[in-house]
Amino acid sequence: MIEFKNIQKKFGKQHVLHGIDLKFNQPGIFAILGPNGSGKTTLIKSLMGMVHPTGGQILIDGQIKQGNEYRNNIAYLPQIARFPENLSVNEFLDFIENIRGKATRKVELMTAFGVNEFADKKLRALSGGMRQKVNLVSALMYDTQTIVLDEPTIGLDPVALIALKDWIRKEQGAGKTILLTTHIMDIVEELADEIVFLLDGKVYYRGSQQELLQKTNTPSTEHAIAQLLTLKKAS
Amino acid sequence: MNKDLVVILIVLVWSAAASAKEWEVGSSQAVASISQAIEDASPFDTICVNAGSYTHTSAVIINKPLTLIACGDVSIIAAKNAGIFEVRADSVTISGFTLLNVEKSYTKDLAAIWVDYATHFTLTENTIRDCFFAIFCTKSKNGYIAENNITGNAVQEHSSANAIHLWYCDSMTVANNMVEHHRDGIYLEFTDNSTISGNMSRHNLRYGLHFMFSNDDLYEQNTFTYNGAGVAVMFSDHIAMVDNHFLENWGRASYGLLLKEIYDSKIEGNLFEKNTTGIFSEGSSRVAFTENTFEGNGWALRMRGSSMDNEVSQNNFVANSFDVATDAKKDHNTYLRNYWDNYEGYDLDKDGLGDVPHRPVNLFSYLVSRIDESIILLRSSFIEVLNFAEKVAPAVTPTNLIDEQPLMKPTYNHD
Amino acid sequence: MIKVFKYCFLDLIRSRWTIVYLLFFILTCGGLLYLSGDSAKVVVSLMNVVILLVPLISMIYGMMYMYQVRDYVEILLAQPISRKSIFGGYVLGLSAALSVSVALGILIPLAFYDAPQIMSAQWLMLTAISILLTVIFSILASWLVLANENRLKGFGLGLFIWLLLAVIYDGIFLVTLIALEGFPIERLALSLTLLNPVDMGRVLLIFQLDYSALMGYTGAVFEKFFGTLSGSLIIGGAYLLWISIPLGFLLRKARKKDF
Repeated sequence: MIEFKNIQKKFGKQHVLHGIDLKFNQPGIFAILGPNGSGKTTLIKSLMGMVHPTGGQILIDGQIKQGNEYRNNIAYLPQIARFPENLSVNEFLDFIENIRGKATRKVELMTAFGVNEFADKKLRALSGGMRQKVNLVSALMYDTQTIVLDEPTIGLDPVALIALKDWIRKEQGAGKTILLTTHIMDIVEELADEIVFLLDGKVYYRGSQQELLQKTNTPSTEHAIAQLLTLKKAS
Repeated sequence: MNKDLVVILIVLVWSAAASAKEWEVGSSQAVASISQAIEDASPFDTICVNAGSYTHTSAVIINKPLTLIACGDVSIIAAKNAGIFEVRADSVTISGFTLLNVEKSYTKDLAAIWVDYATHFTLTENTIRDCFFAIFCTKSKNGYIAENNITGNAVQEHSSANAIHLWYCDSMTVANNMVEHHRDGIYLEFTDNSTISGNMSRHNLRYGLHFMFSNDDLYEQNTFTYNGAGVAVMFSDHIAMVDNHFLENWGRASYGLLLKEIYDSKIEGNLFEKNTTGIFSEGSSRVAFTENTFEGNGWALRMRGSSMDNEVSQNNFVANSFDVATDAKKDHNTYLRNYWDNYEGYDLDKDGLGDVPHRPVNLFSYLVSRIDESIILLRSSFIEVLNFAEKVAPAVTPTNLIDEQPLMKPTYNHD
Repeated sequence: MIKVFKYCFLDLIRSRWTIVYLLFFILTCGGLLYLSGDSAKVVVSLMNVVILLVPLISMIYGMMYMYQVRDYVEILLAQPISRKSIFGGYVLGLSAALSVSVALGILIPLAFYDAPQIMSAQWLMLTAISILLTVIFSILASWLVLANENRLKGFGLGLFIWLLLAVIYDGIFLVTLIALEGFPIERLALSLTLLNPVDMGRVLLIFQLDYSALMGYTGAVFEKFFGTLSGSLIIGGAYLLWISIPLGFLLRKARKKDF
């Protein structure tokens, strides 16, 4: 269970998060949406301990987050797939395993995303799509209760995209809590149980997709989001 | 050679040999002590001292012209508080002895051989060990001191003395001796018209060679190395210093050659290698520095402002930290046609002379001459930049210290 | 930390730039040995290279590498280890890889040319100073990277710090000495030297190379200082401070920073 309580974040004068209160206490896929600069990544990074919030608390299973050990139970996929240039894919995965311990699902994931084909290549020689696959393997290879995916679909070919969706559904079935940010609404429509819409560092909307469609009276999530944004502008 | 002269010479030598008697001294001989033999001998006799060790009870005084020769290994140990030989007659020869243990004294100038008011003496092939003074000549003339091997045991300057010391002497020759571990290797005080050649002077506490108030002397082909302060030539004129080697005189107050108040002299064909300062000149005038090579010294040539009208030409300056240093704003010496290894000019007309003048004093050497402490910036990158800037546009270093015709190639090869 | 260090080191020693750095020193040192033929003289020439270029290259290369690390460090930050371990490991790996390059670059040609000299005090001192300067400037570089998200500003500051310590500082030093001409300023000169790791390295090498005899009375004061136990302790302490203070800044920045 993850709970954000009144999370504030300022970068200098820039106020990015204005008191976010969010609770994820049941399994499912939660799409965190919002325009650029709305604070999605900052919120996720606060959870991962990469950003220090200027106010508020993050609770994990009811305890205030502290130390580094809690990250053992979170899988995190960063937005940008960059790696040590002169290591091979295998060496890089070894590196992570060296830090975090034996990964139970590495082989499975490498097969699913076709990483085996270039497992011995140096990371600097890989294309963007290949890097994203390595990124996915390194993030998902541990069996964790919480999975945080920041723009997971960037650069993926259709085959890999299907594999990713299948994997996410499987994890959903296994009762995991999955937080997902993306700009691709098809994915949201297809996967998300709930939508969290952030705007200007506040939670603007939270609820299921159906509720959203009903409220906005639109045919698709994409339209619904667009309407939310125009309404906001009008007000 | 003239035939008549040969005949005359043979006759002379024969008659001298016929008249001179030879005395044998030794434990198995009729005469057991050297002093007895001297007493018995007539002038121009030869005393042949047989092999063995002789301990004296007092110094042996030689008061008639005699030749003393060691026949075999003869070692003579000095008496307490006394020297070994005192020469007080002309035409004395002392040769081949091993002279030992003349004690140090703060009141008397004790020496293994003391020559006093004598002329035409010969001191050769003696080995002198652990003596206070080894050879000490006072008010003497026409002496020949050669091939002696002298090793002292000096530890402190104030309680040690010199290996060969000439005081108020004239027309002396000091050649091919080895002198080491004394205070000064060779010391000339008020000694004129003398020649010092082919000696090796090393590991002496103070100077390898030391001139004071001595004029018209020549020293050539000597080697001075590892001496406390190198060679000092002071308050003298008309000194010729030719073809010597000044090596590895390295230390805080150490010089290859220290010149102080020297006039009308020449320094020619010498090699100065790995000395803290190759030549340090203070108040010297009309000295010609020619065809010397300065290599690997800290300072090759330090000219104090009081040095003037000297001429520095045809020398080679190679791999020194500083080539020329001066503390003067304006220089009064001439620098011409030297080879400077850091010369960066060119020679378009191929006459062997650089077309652009060279300034041998860099800014840093000037700074260090003024402010001692700035040496701590030696080899700093900033200093290199500064030196370069000063070279391009001189502002601080003496503008007239300049070699208008620097050589493109070194001139002279030393053995 | 050791795990991060291990993979960082592995990554770096395979980098072509590290190899270029190694080759540069092998060529410089080997070339000088070959041309001059006298290992004692080569130490002097190499000293200038070490004093000027080791800090520069450690700074620039350190920043290039750490900015690259900055790009992917989120993956590591998402792992259950502390930031101290991550950045401690990286600084250690960076310093170690560059130190190995420079040490091998100096010692390999020497081993071929004049092997017994490897154990001589001069060459050991040269290598030790190179390593110390590498470590100090690697730490400074890493700190600047964490403190400056703007790369241009980061590199600008890095170059400025290098220029300051390697060149400008001595200018200020000299001006101070000239301004105080006539006063007894050995102690001041000594303190000013201890404040700058580059100067300290240079002076230590000069004393090792027996230039001290050039320094006259001043040299005697300095040598007395450098020769005594307390002097050695102070120098050791000064270097330790030059490593630990920037390292402290670096780790503090790493702890507080938002990635």
